[in-house]
Amino acid sequence: MTTPRSEFLHGVRDELPILIGTVPFGLIYGVFALSAGIPPLIAQAMSCIVFAGSAQFVIAQLVAVGTPALIVILTAFIINIRHLLYSASLAPFTGRLSRLWKWLLAYLLTDEAYAMAISRYQKAQDEGPAHWYFLGAGLALWTCWQLSTAAGIFLGGQIPASWSLDFALPLTFIALVVPALKDRSSTAAALSAALIALLAFALPLKLGIAVAALSGIAVGLALEIKWIKRA
Amino acid sequence: MSSLWLWITIVVVGLLTFGIRLSFLAFLGKKQVAPLLQQALRFVPVAVLSALIAPALLIPNGTLALSFTNSRLLAGLLAILVAWRTKNVLLTIALGMACLLILQAFLPAH
Repeated sequence: MTTPRSEFLHGVRDELPILIGTVPFGLIYGVFALSAGIPPLIAQAMSCIVFAGSAQFVIAQLVAVGTPALIVILTAFIINIRHLLYSASLAPFTGRLSRLWKWLLAYLLTDEAYAMAISRYQKAQDEGPAHWYFLGAGLALWTCWQLSTAAGIFLGGQIPASWSLDFALPLTFIALVVPALKDRSSTAAALSAALIALLAFALPLKLGIAVAALSGIAVGLALEIKWIKRA
Repeated sequence: MSSLWLWITIVVVGLLTFGIRLSFLAFLGKKQVAPLLQQALRFVPVAVLSALIAPALLIPNGTLALSFTNSRLLAGLLAILVAWRTKNVLLTIALGMACLLILQAFLPAH
């Protein structure tokens, strides 16, 4: 029997391993934002208002080199446009929720919360209280992100770079991607995205990542359609 | 950038990000997403994350480092193997980090 309470706690529990990768990322963001010349209060407010790790890193970096506000805003927008696809992917499952729920879940819709929520929805026989699972996973990540960026801001430059804690982030991504490669079209999508990310690395505004991701999606989709037709 | 412009920047980025995240949830919640888009969405996490992983392993310092002295590449390959065999997030991160730190202690600085 699933209740809102058990779903919420299940979401929190499933998010915990992901938090191991989030803590160092948050710490480094805090340290990095201060070194970019962002005042502590604004650095923490960014975690609360923007709440998107990779965009926050890029904003800090652009501020450090004196980029005008408009370019910073445009670049952050490009990096966060991927959330449009997360939103579309979850929409079929959240249609019956109230406006307040939709606003709350939208605010919490990060890469990490999306990954947990979509796998829960895809497994669910009955959607029932699955939005409580999403809320649990999202709030666990939110709390962890606020606390770890606050700790990073507090610690300042205390963490030696030789610890290479930033590497925990790509490792987290690996842990999420590899088990998801269940068929040939997913694997082809991942490999082509990776290859094009390397080839397009020099493009400005972090555009290489967007180009690579879109190419990977196109390759996966094209192969799937081709294989379905042949079958 | 002055503090005022920093505040304006993060508030605008925050609103844009929230708007992007809310878009389909709020306005198309009851509509069905087109089947082709639905099919394409399945590949989004895998493609985006792979596009972030590859440069982190192979372009650690801004230039392509396809060699056995690239400790991030070796640690990443081990992590891929661990993730494939165990599907365990925590173990993947722990062994990947341990491998990186050990390699960094023994490989020449780069």
